[in-house]
Amino acid sequence: MSTVTETTSDAPTAPPAPNRFKDIARQLIETRRVIVGIVILALLILFAFLGPVISPWGVGERDYTALLQGISPDHWFGTNRTGQDIFTQTTAGLQKSLLIGLLVALISTAMAAVIGAFAGYFGGFTDKALTWIADLALVLPNFVILAILSRHFVGNGGWLILVILLAVFSWMVTSKMVRGLTISLREREYIHAARFMGVPPHKIIFRHILPNMSSLLIADATIMVSTAIIGETALSYFGLGVQSPDISLGVVIADGASFATTAPWVFIFPTVLLVLLVLAVNMIGDGLRDALDPNAKSRRS
Amino acid sequence: MSTETIVETESTNNDDTARTPVLEVTDLTVTFPGMNNNPDVKAVRGVSYAVHAGEVLGIVGESGSGKSVSSMAAMGLLPEHAEITGSVRLHGEEILGKKDTEMARKRGKVISMVFQDPLSGLTPVYTVGDQLAEAFLVHNPKAGKDKAHARAVELLSLVGIPNPEARYRSFPHEFSGGMRQRVMIAMAMANDPDVIICDEPTTALDVTIQAQILDLLRTAQRETGAAIVMITHDLGVVAGFVDRLLVMYAGRPVEIGSVDEIYYGSRMPYTMGLLGAVPRMDLEDQGALVPIKGNPPSLTDLPPGCPFAPRCPIARPECDEAEPELLTIGSRASEADADQDENTDAQRVACVRSAEIEANGWTAQDIYPVPEIPEPARAAGDRESLPEVLRVQDLIKHHPLMKGAVFRRRVGTVSAVDGIDFDIREGETLALVGESGCGKSSTLMEIMSLERPQRGSVEVMGREVGTLSRSERFGLRRDMQIVFQDPMSSLDPRMPVFDIIAEPLRTHKVPAREVTERVYELIGLVGLNIEHVTRFPAEFSGGQRQRIGIARALALEPKLLVLDEPVSALDVSIQAGVINLLEELQAKLGLAYLFVAHDLSVVRHIADRVAVMYLGKIVEIGDTKSIYTRPSHPYTQALLSAIPVPDPERERTRTHIVLEGDLPSPANPPSGCSFRTRCQKFITLSESDQEQCMSVEPEIRPTNGGDQGSACHFAERRSDLV
Repeated sequence: MSTVTETTSDAPTAPPAPNRFKDIARQLIETRRVIVGIVILALLILFAFLGPVISPWGVGERDYTALLQGISPDHWFGTNRTGQDIFTQTTAGLQKSLLIGLLVALISTAMAAVIGAFAGYFGGFTDKALTWIADLALVLPNFVILAILSRHFVGNGGWLILVILLAVFSWMVTSKMVRGLTISLREREYIHAARFMGVPPHKIIFRHILPNMSSLLIADATIMVSTAIIGETALSYFGLGVQSPDISLGVVIADGASFATTAPWVFIFPTVLLVLLVLAVNMIGDGLRDALDPNAKSRRS
Repeated sequence: MSTETIVETESTNNDDTARTPVLEVTDLTVTFPGMNNNPDVKAVRGVSYAVHAGEVLGIVGESGSGKSVSSMAAMGLLPEHAEITGSVRLHGEEILGKKDTEMARKRGKVISMVFQDPLSGLTPVYTVGDQLAEAFLVHNPKAGKDKAHARAVELLSLVGIPNPEARYRSFPHEFSGGMRQRVMIAMAMANDPDVIICDEPTTALDVTIQAQILDLLRTAQRETGAAIVMITHDLGVVAGFVDRLLVMYAGRPVEIGSVDEIYYGSRMPYTMGLLGAVPRMDLEDQGALVPIKGNPPSLTDLPPGCPFAPRCPIARPECDEAEPELLTIGSRASEADADQDENTDAQRVACVRSAEIEANGWTAQDIYPVPEIPEPARAAGDRESLPEVLRVQDLIKHHPLMKGAVFRRRVGTVSAVDGIDFDIREGETLALVGESGCGKSSTLMEIMSLERPQRGSVEVMGREVGTLSRSERFGLRRDMQIVFQDPMSSLDPRMPVFDIIAEPLRTHKVPAREVTERVYELIGLVGLNIEHVTRFPAEFSGGQRQRIGIARALALEPKLLVLDEPVSALDVSIQAGVINLLEELQAKLGLAYLFVAHDLSVVRHIADRVAVMYLGKIVEIGDTKSIYTRPSHPYTQALLSAIPVPDPERERTRTHIVLEGDLPSPANPPSGCSFRTRCQKFITLSESDQEQCMSVEPEIRPTNGGDQGSACHFAERRSDLV
């Protein structure tokens, strides 16, 4: 308040322009959920990358003296029926699952946002072409395509191809929602105002249209993280997902599923990690949505 | 059956008219408890009024003053969680706290309501007639379908729906807004209720339709003998329509009395300000409007004293101590009780200084500081010598009507804008007026897009827009900016105010340092605080948001400002401030305005020249004074006459020209003169003259000498109107 009166007295040296991103960052940090989410996610990442290093066992290594054994000083999370160390398996799997989940969510949501918004904003031919592509992607038998291409997932960087394919097969529905929202947003007066002041269309899309549907996009991205991990799990179950020697949480869970009641440690540890991961992502997403939405903020304060 | 009911109710009414009011509300309070640690919203805080049979009570107040909530409470239509205290008596019977099923038997039969929005009042999947019949059947279950059908048709014809038997089977979407409101009124009348509550029944409608609806409400009252509670924010509407007036502010009545007492002898600064803030269509030179500074208080956190004190120009320290009671003028709280019982109809005011105001005979101009608006420094008379900022010639915008899903084919044309000509000179205000759907906004969009029009030409600053290159067009955008109607949607809700105002500057590559300076300069110019810049639009009131919109439009120092109904979404007291701001800016910065509005009172106040549009064409254009005093086109005459004037005396003596029917569809305009289907003059013409109207499209020809021109074969000089 005092600064305001000061600045009005000597008008030319007005206070500096407020920085919007700093505001959002501060908003994020002030929300407890976000802090908790970020801490959990950071711990998971740390765990995923340190785990295989500190573990005395290698990723595929088998301990034939300890088959399907419970928690012990040798095997912190126990072993599975082929004597593989669950701790090593889980942490290494978490590494890949984190990368797959986050990357797929990011790529597919970004694709959905951009394609949907351009189709909705420009209309006409652009709309027709992009909608046609989306419809085509929807009717493609993605499982078959993944099965055919699965041999390319082997080896260095093979999982990246999997990530891209998963993303390519999951953006369509969201992009249709984005397109619908864009068509209704396009007629808002602030979009007209921006157009009449000469803001180019791509800037209008990124500055006005996409931020105004950030709630949808964030919700979509958070759901996408778990969908991608679970989708990869399903593929791995049929041997079409991450290929050995790579390992993912999905592979570990699929392996342990049949022992869930008889040897729970095989199943519980990877599952708990998966749940924690999804929870953390959801918390961050929630907080981000609130920080970006000025209405939600004023309601809370 | 139905006529019997009328007779019955009338006879009973006559008996107890003198004694019990039909509807009596005493000490009504409504509180919406806050959820999640939010404070409670005290929407209504002690409202009392009584309506007798055949009487019309007006309740006026700005948005958020609790006028609608109090009537919803009387109808028992508030959500369950609302806490309601006090008493609402219908024919002496307490109805507050009655079960919903019991209330349902009263609603529609004894007390009924006409809502503001006719678009959402009818179910889209049932025919209009069936819905009307249902309203009747619900309270007369034994009447049978045939009777209900007959009654529905009778009601439809009563409210002036042409061809009621056929229209019975129409669906709501086949009706225009005005016709839907007629159906809503018919529904409210269906069971001859004793009280009809009208909640802003004409706010969503055009002036000519508003005149029709007001006429109809008068008929409805005559037919049913019902008492009417008319809720509105428009001081013009109530002036000629109601008997008694209740003014509300921040959930409380602040003044009550007969219309004349309130309009000519208001003793409450708020009412006085409200009356002073209304632009007048009937006064030639009104001077600056009286703005009430500040905003209405938030209903969650009211100060202990008079809620109006922070905005009141004559507030004294004792105003902040306790909320003043609603008392007859001059009486003190102690003597009030005896006084009130004797004379409930006397004017009562909630202001500690009412006696003083009465004694000194103060008016709004005396107590409110009226801003000095500098006269624009331009040579009077010779507008020809001033440079043109905008010239529109024969502009056309046609939308194709397409049909078919696979093989789309053109089945018709909607002529949104159909050949219009006008020009605006430097520092001048041209107002484009007309009813909704007449092509005002389409014209603006065509001009603002700076694209080559379908036909005709648009010249901005003497440059033909069709010939511009991309970068020239971008450069030209600096010179013309727009302010929109709806302050809710014209600002990006995700952007803080600073970025909103800075956007045009950044787009036009102004260096960052200058941007900051300019934004703060603009904030001051439109009367906002510098501390506001980090906030988001949702945290501002409508008037403040409109100021932000104006600041954004001014950022690039344009020469032409296009204003698309800039004040129509604002409350009267706020509207006055924005109008004054626009006038001040024009004088200061030498701006030219293209002002689009449907409110002719505002236009008279702000415009130098007026162009009246009808169905995509300009039917009359000229300087404001000539148009308002000597309108020559029948449509202009009808428009002007349809506007209610906030002056009860005048309003009672005025004769309104009520136009027939609705705006024809722009997809299928009438041949010849497009106005002839509704023209009040057409009917009086001889057959050969009518033939001319039907076959020959009139062109704009100068009338009455000077600047005025009108597109009518039989334009006339008139001076007796208004």
